[in-house]
Amino acid sequence: MAKNKTLIAVGFEGSANKIGVGVVALDGAILSNPRHTYITPPGHGFLPRETAHHHLRHVLPLLRSALDDAGITPADVDCLCYTKGPGMGAPLQVSAVAVRALSQLWGKPIVAVNHCVAHIEMGRVVTGAEDPVVLYVSGGNTQVIAYSEGRYRIFGETIDIAVGNCLDRFARVLTLSNDPSPGYNIEQLAKKGEKFIDLPYVVKGMDVSFSGILSYIEATAVEKLKNNECTPADLCYSLQETLFAMLVEITERAMAHCDKKDVLIVGGVGCNERLQEMMRIMCSERGGKLFATDDRYCVDNGAMIAYTSLLAFAHGMTTPLEESTFTQRFRTDEVQAIWREKSICGE
Amino acid sequence: MHYRLTEPPPALEQEGMSPYGLCSSVLLFFYIIIMEVDRVEKEGFGVLLKQGAEARVFESNFVGRRSIVKERFSKKYRHPLLDSKLTLKRLNAANFLHLCSYQEARCMTKARRLGVPTPALYGVDPLLHTLTFEYVDGLSVKEILLDFGSNGINEEILDDIATQIGNAVGKLHDGGLIHGDLTTSNMIIKRDTNQLVLIDFGLSFTSTLPEDKAVDLYVLERALLSMHSSCGNAMDKILSAYRKSSKQWSSTMNKLAQVRQRGRKRTMVG
Repeated sequence: MAKNKTLIAVGFEGSANKIGVGVVALDGAILSNPRHTYITPPGHGFLPRETAHHHLRHVLPLLRSALDDAGITPADVDCLCYTKGPGMGAPLQVSAVAVRALSQLWGKPIVAVNHCVAHIEMGRVVTGAEDPVVLYVSGGNTQVIAYSEGRYRIFGETIDIAVGNCLDRFARVLTLSNDPSPGYNIEQLAKKGEKFIDLPYVVKGMDVSFSGILSYIEATAVEKLKNNECTPADLCYSLQETLFAMLVEITERAMAHCDKKDVLIVGGVGCNERLQEMMRIMCSERGGKLFATDDRYCVDNGAMIAYTSLLAFAHGMTTPLEESTFTQRFRTDEVQAIWREKSICGE
Repeated sequence: MHYRLTEPPPALEQEGMSPYGLCSSVLLFFYIIIMEVDRVEKEGFGVLLKQGAEARVFESNFVGRRSIVKERFSKKYRHPLLDSKLTLKRLNAANFLHLCSYQEARCMTKARRLGVPTPALYGVDPLLHTLTFEYVDGLSVKEILLDFGSNGINEEILDDIATQIGNAVGKLHDGGLIHGDLTTSNMIIKRDTNQLVLIDFGLSFTSTLPEDKAVDLYVLERALLSMHSSCGNAMDKILSAYRKSSKQWSSTMNKLAQVRQRGRKRTMVG
């Protein structure tokens, strides 16, 4: 392993409605991390084809600004990496194709990265959490994860929709703005909520389910609002309290099972300060610490892909061109986290 | 702080759910050892062994016997209304922490009646929300399996443990009892007899639905996969023992196959 120069990777992330390009060095230094979000009008979600078009339009300008901000040329780059999955097919394709083309042009190796693992590694390097239980909550994923025997194992997860999806879709019912994100606007509105409205609470074993809660609140919200029984703020508040209590409960059970004291929250919903507050209360009762980050690192970005690929690349892992595919289904526990077994990156 | 047992707790008598009814001989015992309890109280609960998801567990001394004191704590992060609703839903009883303890005590004794070894219950304290029970000397199944993971598997012991787990869970389920938290840390192998003892009935409830039984088994399967992947087909062995032990195995197994399909982003063929 050449130690005279720090390895540098350029990472492309485009698994959902954000396209991001990040330039990162192996020591975790983020040289640049620009990102662009596809924002739809209130009441609408993002569809695969339109999202992919958005990504296509922005991927090259983002790459240029990422290289410029980092002050590097293609010659300084050691590897190119992209999100292999999980995510939406069409948006994933954009970064996969971009990386394949650049790899041919620049003659650089490719490293394919699992999106969920990238969130975890980014969270770990930014917060300095060593071996936490990870709650990964976003628009597409809800998992309680802990490292054990070479892999990130899923202890509990959602059995239907993700928690972010539940929040986003409820925001559409209230026609809240999607700028900067529907979840953020729910969080702000929830701060004004006063009345707690009873909602279903679904924890099954170590797993959670959100689709029934969404159906229930979608059906009753219109009626309750019409009869002036509650305000939209009350609904947002109650929805957050219920969903987050479920998440904290399964996280606590995973902590008790695997004897870990600290929690790391990653993913887009991880920016939510109420979720962080509830988790912090739970952790402090257990004598542990909460590690959380803000929207720069919680929300999908290119730097997390770049950093995770470097961990793998430093251990000799690359993805041959013919295997540089993408997939919508790619579970966190399918990845062999070899860098956790023997740490060489001087963390 | 302690409830004086010279006056039986009135609310509980009315509802006809005195946990002491489960163990009336213990009640008599209680009158005698009240001084002893006072002594324990002054010294606190003892040494903190573990903080579970629902309770803190202390090692203590109960009239000269090694005992475990389990103290329930409330969930401060939860909205009070939600907290009380959950307590209600899970217990079919009023919103008090001590009723959690009663529920747990009832489920533990029910499990014993069904022929599944659990620690002997020594006492229930409604005010401090504590349960006191027998200290079971031995290693948890988690510790044993983790040791297999690092030092190689002893097939004979693994077979024996898996069979015992399958038998015990089969008996619970046929009796309409769901454990609710079947992880390997909640199973202890007694040091002297190598007998499996199930602990922590804090999330237990009664149900005869295949759904509840299947989710119970699924929790165990996931716990094995996530912590003990090196122990190979332990779950298969457990399930084959379960099939022999439970008369209603077939509906539970069918449901379990459905429950397994529920996670997101699984690789699907076809």
